[in-house]
Amino acid sequence: MLITRKVDFSASHVCRLPALSDEANRALFGAGANPRGHGHNYVLEVTVEGTPDSVTGMVMDMKFLKQILDREVVEIYDHRFLNHEIAPFDHVIPTPENIAIDIWNRLHPHLAGARARLHAVRVYETPDLYVDYFGEAA
Amino acid sequence: MIRVTRKYCFSASHRLHAPALSDARNRELYGKCNNPFGHGHNYELEVSVRGPLDVRLGRVLDIRLLDDLVRSQVLEPFEHRNLNEEVAEFRAVVPTSENLGREVIRRLKQNWEAVFPGRWPRLERVAIAETSRNRFEVLSHEID
Repeated sequence: MLITRKVDFSASHVCRLPALSDEANRALFGAGANPRGHGHNYVLEVTVEGTPDSVTGMVMDMKFLKQILDREVVEIYDHRFLNHEIAPFDHVIPTPENIAIDIWNRLHPHLAGARARLHAVRVYETPDLYVDYFGEAA
Repeated sequence: MIRVTRKYCFSASHRLHAPALSDARNRELYGKCNNPFGHGHNYELEVSVRGPLDVRLGRVLDIRLLDDLVRSQVLEPFEHRNLNEEVAEFRAVVPTSENLGREVIRRLKQNWEAVFPGRWPRLERVAIAETSRNRFEVLSHEID
């Protein structure tokens, strides 16, 4: 069974390669390359796979999942300039793809139990663009 | 592998009518959607692409290339059109959301290599929502 919890955070970022000129970055990343940065209201959906406990009827306590998401992601990412304040984005471009991978890496150690396992991380950068990451194996 | 999904919108009219069936049977089958004058929707289209991360650029694809492809092959031909009368494929095929999804996949696949010549990224699926109360998903591998 799959269960999904949604949270959001707002952050700024810039998509650029420091080795390239402003012009080359603009050609590659468009408006996202503005060196001063810009921001989004990110929406994060985290899906956990598991079997409901026969007594509680729950795969995992959603309150507990929410606490993990808040502690491991929202409190770290929210209202930050990702490139300047959050590792690994000092050297990894904070595209939605890389944000999804980083969030997976942060959550995976906490969601690897026998009953409930991290299944998917979905990051909406805007309402019309999202990425799904299912871990390295998928 | 990462899956990237982009949402697009277009507005169009259509009429559901199967020429092989009688008028009475069409009315019974399609109900209001069989109205001879047609009717319209604000369609929502999702296009999902799968591929490995380009580590240097931090992305699976340049989303602008997908936007251009979808715009030229789907949005421009469909936007504010009567699908039955103005999109050739729907002269003989009922423009249900199922068939619309198939046609979108066909159009994207036919032009995919010109835009994305490598092994990756690949088109994975499209989803069509005629209204917010329904969604029709077609996987790329279902369509030749």
